[in-house]
Amino acid sequence: MLYDSVIAPFVEFEFMRRAFIGTLALAIGAGPVGVFLMLRRMSLMGDAMSHAILPGAAIGFLLSGLSLFAMTAGGLIAGFVVAVLAGLVARTTELKEDASLAAFFLLSLALGVTIVSLRGSNVDLLHFLFGSVLALDNPTLILITAITSLSLVVLALIWRPLVLECVDPSFLRSVSRAGAPAHIAFLALVVMNLVGGFHALGTLLAVGLMMLPAAVARFWARDITAMIVIAVATGIVSGFAGLLLSFHAGVPAGPAIILTAGVLYVGSVIFGRVGGLVRHLLPRRHLEA
Amino acid sequence: MIAGRVALILLAALVATGPAAAQDKIRTIASFSILGDLVKNVGGDRVEVATLIGPNGNAHVYEPSPADSRRVADATVVFVNGLGFEGWLGRLVRASGTRAEIVVASTGVSPRSSASATRLGDDKTDPHAWQSVANAKRYVSNIRDALIKADPAGAGVYKANATAYQARLDALDREVRDVVAGIAPARRRVITSHNAFGYFQDAYGVAFSAPQGMSSEAEASAQDVARIIAQIRNERISAVFLENVTDARLVTLIARETGTRIGGTLYSDALTDAKGAAPSYIDLIRHNVRQLAAALGS
Repeated sequence: MLYDSVIAPFVEFEFMRRAFIGTLALAIGAGPVGVFLMLRRMSLMGDAMSHAILPGAAIGFLLSGLSLFAMTAGGLIAGFVVAVLAGLVARTTELKEDASLAAFFLLSLALGVTIVSLRGSNVDLLHFLFGSVLALDNPTLILITAITSLSLVVLALIWRPLVLECVDPSFLRSVSRAGAPAHIAFLALVVMNLVGGFHALGTLLAVGLMMLPAAVARFWARDITAMIVIAVATGIVSGFAGLLLSFHAGVPAGPAIILTAGVLYVGSVIFGRVGGLVRHLLPRRHLEA
Repeated sequence: MIAGRVALILLAALVATGPAAAQDKIRTIASFSILGDLVKNVGGDRVEVATLIGPNGNAHVYEPSPADSRRVADATVVFVNGLGFEGWLGRLVRASGTRAEIVVASTGVSPRSSASATRLGDDKTDPHAWQSVANAKRYVSNIRDALIKADPAGAGVYKANATAYQARLDALDREVRDVVAGIAPARRRVITSHNAFGYFQDAYGVAFSAPQGMSSEAEASAQDVARIIAQIRNERISAVFLENVTDARLVTLIARETGTRIGGTLYSDALTDAKGAAPSYIDLIRHNVRQLAAALGS
């Protein structure tokens, strides 16, 4: 019975196995990135990025037609340019990072719409570019697993300055000059994970599996390492349960996975050990126990 | 001050250069490329046709641009498919303030609802009526009548053009039936990416299934995909087809998983450009039926 409803769909259908491997890879790569984004108060960067890549995708489209590879490569470049420019402005001027990112992604979006309409084409480029978790072919799977592997290696390399910068940026600045390079490398990781995720799974899943697990983790741990472990686990559980929900209830797969993560999030907001509502409203009882 | 004046002068210049050129022809708009081709065939030299959704465009996810709005405002007649195909059109027409006649080309076609009406939200009208050639003939009659109403002086031309074109459509209809008759009845089953061939199915007896439902905007669920895969296995469906307006990845993956052949590309909602395989409506139907015959015949 349990086998039939939980395991059998994955045994019987290859596309289910592929979908699960895809979400697994995304959860492992995007989870840690999401935790750092959240700690830096840049949680909305994912949505900004889904618009910022348009000019790159459009130029890729102009150069080589509806080629997914060219459009994704263009999107990567555009996203990286926007992220780095926003980061540089935030580091060298008074403007905070969220505001400078907002400025640059809007400029980028406007530029993208202009480029698309120059061609006079009404093909909805981004609709075409964004993939679906149910349609993961080999190149796409290799792309996201490669991005995940690279993310983990780079995160390990820039771990110390990155953590320090989240916690105490002025201390880091006084003892080391690794802050800026680490920041740029981190932004590159964000863009890579997001654009790869858009290409493979669509915007909702790529952004959702990055930020919702991070928000869940915030309610259960104080320490960054523990947060990352919880975020990755949340992402994996959401992916697995969401795919089953989509299989049995006929809900579209991307929304099903994100809604599952959303249920975990709401549960964490209420019952979370670190600053959850129950803890917050009934502090005495917990102290007595 | 000076900057303000310059801006005003520029604005005036823009207004002055607005509508010009081609005053002698009747200006018409067709909402998408296939309909545009039909209007061209009836209107001939007397009519200028602009299409809002060009070759290889997808009407389900189209967004009108300001230039489109201006073209609609300038037009005398606007041809639309109807049957819920152009959901965005009402707002575009209202916003443009046009006084053009809006002609629903599918008027008189008997609408069909989706084959999988058991699924929630799927029991709406199927807009892809042009996939049956008999319906296209009805479109042509409606276009002829609308053009005569807008330009009575050209009535003779429009009638002659429509009759000649409908004769070609009759020949096309016979051709499609001949080709389908050559395919063994048990093999007349195919998978496409979105459900656009219901009218073709009803008219010519080739069964189509699609994971994505009728609008290419909807996202497939794992259940839909599993259902299609089970169906391919159980019914021994022999070929899956791609479409020019949707992402091919999902259908390609289904073909791989079931070991089914990819039969080629079918053209559903849009023509191709002049270099493509289906630059006109007749080419489109002919291309589709040949692809079907090639994949299912052997």
